[in-house]
Amino acid sequence: METILTDLLCIGAGLAGERVAVEVASNGFSTICLSIVPPRRSHSSAAQGGMQAALGHCTMGAGDCPDVHFLDTVRGSDWGCDQEVARMFVDTAPIAVREMAFWGIPWNRVVPGKSSYFKGGQKYEKVEPGERKGLITARDFGGTAKWRTCYTSDGTGHTLLYTMDNKVVELGVTVHDRFEAIALIHDGETCTGAVARCLKTGQLRVYLAKATLIATGGYGRIYRETTNAVINDGSGAILALDTEVVPIGNPEAVQFHPTGIVPTNILVTEGCRGDGGTLLDVNQERFMPQYEPQKAELASRDVVSRWMTHHIRQGFGIKSPYGDHLWLDIRHLGAQHIKTKLREVDEICNNFLGVDPVTQLIPVRPAQHYSMGGVRTNKDGAAYGLKGLFAAGEAACWDMHGFNRLGGNSLAETIVAGKIVGERIAEFLKGYETQFKTNTVRDRLAHEEDRIQRLRARSAGKENAFQVRDAMQIELMEHVGIFRNGTDLQKAVDTLQEIYARAQRVGLRSNGIGANPELGLALKIEGMLQLAICVAYAALQRTESRGCHAREDFPARNDRDWLTRTLATWQKGHDLPTLDYEPASKVLDLAPGERGYGVCKIISCDGEIIGD
Amino acid sequence: MARRLTFHIFRYNPQDPASSPHTDLFRLEETDSMTLFIALSRIREEQDPSLQFDFCCRAGICGSCAMVINGRPGLACKTLTKDLPEDITLMPLPVFKLIGDLSVDTGTWFRAMNERVGSWIHTSKSFDPNGEEERMDNAVAEEIYELERCVECGCCVAACGTANMRADFMGAVALNRIARFMLDPRDQRGDKEYFDVIGTDEGIFGCMGLLGCEDVCPKNLPLQDQLGILRRKMGWTAVKKLFRFVK
Repeated sequence: METILTDLLCIGAGLAGERVAVEVASNGFSTICLSIVPPRRSHSSAAQGGMQAALGHCTMGAGDCPDVHFLDTVRGSDWGCDQEVARMFVDTAPIAVREMAFWGIPWNRVVPGKSSYFKGGQKYEKVEPGERKGLITARDFGGTAKWRTCYTSDGTGHTLLYTMDNKVVELGVTVHDRFEAIALIHDGETCTGAVARCLKTGQLRVYLAKATLIATGGYGRIYRETTNAVINDGSGAILALDTEVVPIGNPEAVQFHPTGIVPTNILVTEGCRGDGGTLLDVNQERFMPQYEPQKAELASRDVVSRWMTHHIRQGFGIKSPYGDHLWLDIRHLGAQHIKTKLREVDEICNNFLGVDPVTQLIPVRPAQHYSMGGVRTNKDGAAYGLKGLFAAGEAACWDMHGFNRLGGNSLAETIVAGKIVGERIAEFLKGYETQFKTNTVRDRLAHEEDRIQRLRARSAGKENAFQVRDAMQIELMEHVGIFRNGTDLQKAVDTLQEIYARAQRVGLRSNGIGANPELGLALKIEGMLQLAICVAYAALQRTESRGCHAREDFPARNDRDWLTRTLATWQKGHDLPTLDYEPASKVLDLAPGERGYGVCKIISCDGEIIGD
Repeated sequence: MARRLTFHIFRYNPQDPASSPHTDLFRLEETDSMTLFIALSRIREEQDPSLQFDFCCRAGICGSCAMVINGRPGLACKTLTKDLPEDITLMPLPVFKLIGDLSVDTGTWFRAMNERVGSWIHTSKSFDPNGEEERMDNAVAEEIYELERCVECGCCVAACGTANMRADFMGAVALNRIARFMLDPRDQRGDKEYFDVIGTDEGIFGCMGLLGCEDVCPKNLPLQDQLGILRRKMGWTAVKKLFRFVK
């Protein structure tokens, strides 16, 4: 058995994992990144829109500062976030953006003079002052008071990831690509690495590490209709749940993005609406202003997704063989704008839909997009429950997003959290020594080898891993979606428990030799079901509506009873998670109030009912 | 009526002693808007769960799914079956090491390429967290982005005559990367330093000018122009070097 020793093991090499690796390696510690794909293929690359940071350089961003970014982020989270973390985040974001510029990002810059922009289909004019020429500019995104989203055309995630990976190459950080961690090595108190499977040869390998980071991104692929890449199947959350002691924070907080294209659910960026695109119904009329007169298409994602679903339910959707949808209209932005600033959108529409967005409408509907929940950490990125385990990025519940993430705050989180958590891990590693217990390593490895043998031999049963996965995805989509209610959620929990039983009887149909893809899924299907049940069960218990979590039977946000964060752990042999709760924020710099958009009925902390 | 598609797929699992290279046939009913991503996923899930291929974003952004489709390298996710005949032959990309079936090891190749060309900003400055960012003309930023759009899918390498003949040839992707840094005012390398990286037969002078790279680039990068510009620049650098040597 090959065993590799390192100071830090980063599981995941997207933006968050690599930013942590860069920080820790720069401090002189040995660092290895595991990545199931070559790092530049990570899902971070797909983020088109941009990264929020309160620089305030462009005219429409004038007067912006971290305080305003903080207010937007806390409001956007529907007061579900950790305000201490949100504060650290907004203060560090401008530095992180400038640092990325220093490392090579071709951020779009302020161009002095008159230019026009669209808002709600109307054309307006703005003037950029000469003295700001060449500074980093920003575009408009939903839920923000100022234009704050820094961008490189519509390839922001791509340029950030390439620049970050360039830094990894420059520093000589080791990346083992096509390796997947399948279990953490721990004794119930301290995490000391992971067992990983090579996705080139199928061989197992042991990584022993003083610190281990989970940075595996989100888990959208537990849903059928998702904008997530096929690799976002929750492997990091599964590693944590498997420990029995590390909780998943807020698993019920699942964000839907308003504009997945129909039928493939590929995302077209919020930049479409930010740059002035509008949503139209079957009569080709705008409907968002009637629901949200102030923000219209630029309300936060949860709000726009809900009104779209509501509008479709009212009979205003466009019928198609793939179900009802709405239209996104960006035609008025003009060919020049679409083919440069929104080129990726142009390509996606032409290549995957056969639709030319310069002259035609784009069919869209909400699709699962972002997991606010994840491995629960403290503000330093240290996971609850195990010493030496950390998490960052979408895989983590660090928790600056609460119950709804604002557009542009995810790229910002990956880099800001990566920087901060990386610094904390470097501090942790200074002078830290640990013991690698050979029996713990041996037992864990034997356990994983046994699992693989049993799957190959079909000794547990003959269930088909793909069919079990499909059943899970459909159940979550149908009953744990944009609108939720007690009856459906109970049904989902019951059904998912049945599917979980099936998952425990999965056996391979192929021989499982080498980089066998069926084995890859079979190894994680039980964990995926546990995660799915955490989402459904936590949603059932949360009898209120907050951010993306919209209960039709409990429409009010209930701060009196639910200004809390869910903590879900899974005990071996159980078929339900154990749910605990902690205050959403230890510090309340900004007292709970109305968001200014979306449903505003609130049961306040002292039981008073606000709004209707 | 829906077409019945026949897929001829290259099969070989180097980890399995019982496996030898061959072609397997799979048949599928074509559906609306079917891409090779949809088709291959269905074949794996319904017919042969051991079939190896790579997809990640499935949206033409990440570059994972390059393969040789009816003789031409391309991204499988953005290839619609309606644009192909009923018989579809899928082969793994050449040049890269085979992992199994349609899956090749691009990660190792591209990491080595990035190390070789020094694919990062070379500067003696250090970052000042309290200072304003260095200003840049927006037109320059957009020009850099044009070349930075490469997704390292490997199509240009697979389609390159030289790269198929000699393993040490850098390929259009590396030359494009150098062109990107030459444009960037933050990178302090001069022409002489770039020449040291690409001024050989392994670099700019090994290109036979067949331009298969540009023909197959799924991001439509101006690889041909960049090759021309680099060659001219590096030619001049070579002449200047020679002149200094004589002197």
